[in-house]
Amino acid sequence: MMRFILPLVVFLIMAAFMYVGLGLNPHEVPSPLVGKAAPAFTLPQLHEPSRQFSPQDMKGKVWLFNVWASWCTACENEHPVFLELSRRNLVPIYGMDYKDKREDGEVWLRKHGNPYTLVVSDAEGRVGIDYGVYGVPETYVIDKQGVIQHKHIGAVTPKILDETILPLVKELQAK
Amino acid sequence: MKKCLLMLLLSLLPVFSYAGEAKDMAADPVLEKRMIGLAENLRCLVCQNESLASSHADLAEDLRREVREQMQKGLSDQEIIDYLVSRYGDFVLYDPPVKKATLVLWYGPFALLLAGAGMLIYQLRKRKSQVPEAELSDAEAQRAASLLDETPDSSDQSKDKQA
Repeated sequence: MMRFILPLVVFLIMAAFMYVGLGLNPHEVPSPLVGKAAPAFTLPQLHEPSRQFSPQDMKGKVWLFNVWASWCTACENEHPVFLELSRRNLVPIYGMDYKDKREDGEVWLRKHGNPYTLVVSDAEGRVGIDYGVYGVPETYVIDKQGVIQHKHIGAVTPKILDETILPLVKELQAK
Repeated sequence: MKKCLLMLLLSLLPVFSYAGEAKDMAADPVLEKRMIGLAENLRCLVCQNESLASSHADLAEDLRREVREQMQKGLSDQEIIDYLVSRYGDFVLYDPPVKKATLVLWYGPFALLLAGAGMLIYQLRKRKSQVPEAELSDAEAQRAASLLDETPDSSDQSKDKQA
């Protein structure tokens, strides 16, 4: 009897691991930045390059930091979610145009609408490296103390927004 | 004939030029070598089965530039690795550190090997107790000895004849 049970148990354990593995997304690498202070930077604004923005300006506010680019197709998919969110006026959304030409970014925003309070331009992708960006779009939730509380890799869907991001934002705003 | 050979050799040229790491402007060959050496042990996050040294992804190029610049600033290899790990996590390392979460990764195979060896020894012992050593009666022993004593020459010859 043991002869059959043991291989069966081993098989079931392996099958369970493999089944769980099927559901995992290898492109979602947990970010070590969650729980740490958002890396400081100073970048020119997309629409007014002479003016700059730095995350220190946001102390005392909960905000979303969305990394996007005009060449990124997934950004087009998530864009309506942010447009809708900006209409609801729940949380300021700041954008970073990542590894993109300024004109391309501006044209893209004119075409698709601009949900951002402000957009900075990271043409060379240096700030992106500081934020551990490896797949655009990426969205960070940053709290009043300037600590990254959540990072979402890939397009934000209405479900993710309502079930993960917005509850977290409300909780952080109440603090 | 010579022309043919030349043509053949020429057709191989593009193959040679494609070999090697992804190229970047290397102002300082020593630094570049050090950078590539380091980047070979780091994973590109976009194409996850490629190293930072060999990847052509945009991000990999940016990261190589970052590594190069940090080297120029005089940072040690370990400091640069720490910087990248603090941004992208242990995932960038092809040689993950021993941590609670990686214990199974590091020692799991040895545990499995030990378990397998244990099982093998257990089974062999069990079998030994099940199958008693064959004991020969005197007559059988004699027959075995005579069979073994048979000169190999005779059988060889018969084989030769057949051949």
